[in-house]
Amino acid sequence: MKTTEATALPRRSTAWRVFRIPALLAAVSIFGLISALLGDGIWNALSWGALGVPLLVIAYFSLKPAST
Amino acid sequence: MLKSRTIRSWYWVHKWSSLVCTLFLLMLCLTGLPLIFRDEIDAAFGHDAPAAELPEGTPDASLDRIVAAGRQRYPQEYVRSLFWDEDRPHVVNLFLAAGPDTDDPARNRFMAFDARTAQLLDEHQPSLDFMSVMLRLHEELFLDLPGELFLGLMGLLFVASIVSGVVVYGPFMRKLEFGTVRRDKSRRVRWLDLHNLLGITILLWILVVGATGVMNTLATPLFGLWRAQALPVLLAQYRGKPMPEVAQFGSLDQAVASARQALPGNEIGSVVFPTARFGSPRHYIIWTKGQTPVTSRLFTPVLVDVQTNALTQAQGLPWYLRALEVSRPLHFGDYGGLPLKIIWALLDVVAIVVLGSGLYLWLARRKSPIEARIAEIERGEVYAFETAQVTTQ
Repeated sequence: MKTTEATALPRRSTAWRVFRIPALLAAVSIFGLISALLGDGIWNALSWGALGVPLLVIAYFSLKPAST
Repeated sequence: MLKSRTIRSWYWVHKWSSLVCTLFLLMLCLTGLPLIFRDEIDAAFGHDAPAAELPEGTPDASLDRIVAAGRQRYPQEYVRSLFWDEDRPHVVNLFLAAGPDTDDPARNRFMAFDARTAQLLDEHQPSLDFMSVMLRLHEELFLDLPGELFLGLMGLLFVASIVSGVVVYGPFMRKLEFGTVRRDKSRRVRWLDLHNLLGITILLWILVVGATGVMNTLATPLFGLWRAQALPVLLAQYRGKPMPEVAQFGSLDQAVASARQALPGNEIGSVVFPTARFGSPRHYIIWTKGQTPVTSRLFTPVLVDVQTNALTQAQGLPWYLRALEVSRPLHFGDYGGLPLKIIWALLDVVAIVVLGSGLYLWLARRKSPIEARIAEIERGEVYAFETAQVTTQ
């Protein structure tokens, strides 16, 4: 998919390719952990939504049927 | 990305830090699961009577009257603390023990009073029910402070295994798309992929819960440190004088009133009576907290001289106890209503699968020859490489 980018900057882009989704998940999790601490009501709801993301990601990839 | 020798060292750290702590972490995750819902379980199975139905605005009874009622009923026992019930409105609890500094669990007792009528609602002695067994295993393995500190050490190893796990995730996933689960390969490869997927996805949550758990194991030494720093200055003027008798204690109502006056924005949660071991031998320590979502986690103790009722000190706690206070909700998950607790429990179950699969990966590998074990990572990359070729073609 991003072969041109990969050949131009192999070291950096490999790390970026492997860790971009984990980094995004970590950022979403941090937001979820902090938002309920800062307030109630909407902040709690935002926290449930954000911390639900890792669970949905796990459900999606671990239940996804094998691609052929 | 990383040199293969570096990978191998990180892998070594991941393997050994995990192996040492995994069984304890499994125990912590399992006992932690019911503890997430402790309030709900206590409320469902508790024997707590509610306060009387009285018109709104009925004034509170005198605290001194409530304390006197407790002492009258159990003249041999010492009222060690008083606290407002967090779940039952208008209920004040007393905790009675064998003495200010003597511990005899068989004599510990809780008494609940209606805050407005000063009537005794119920009383019970702490018993070793299911939830307290879970709590004691989770906190200290029935070994008190040494157990707490040991679990803290296991928690540190767990944090090391998380960090090293993230580092080795890189080379493992170099040729794989995020979330790949190779179902067509061996059972071990499938579990390796699931271990990686689940671990990296809940990374931040598990790191925060792990690190705040370690922080909590330091509660006893940190409170001891604060007492050692704060109390000698305050107690210097009493040097050589004996601890006051209960009959010499001043009015608690007045002490609480001066705490309210000193910190008008704060809510009062509990009072620790004079004790040399757990508080101050010369003061009522009145624990107050803020009323916003953030400040309600931050406690400010007010020290009032137990004999003269003079306000001695009302200032915030040092940074290390503030850090401990903030770390607590982040460990318990009790700060965002029931949905957050359910999410906490589900993430905990995922953590159990990560721990269990890690253990399985190690046990399954032990059956293979040592050369194959040394080549573990390269082999992982071969699998990865093969799959990457298949998917890109």
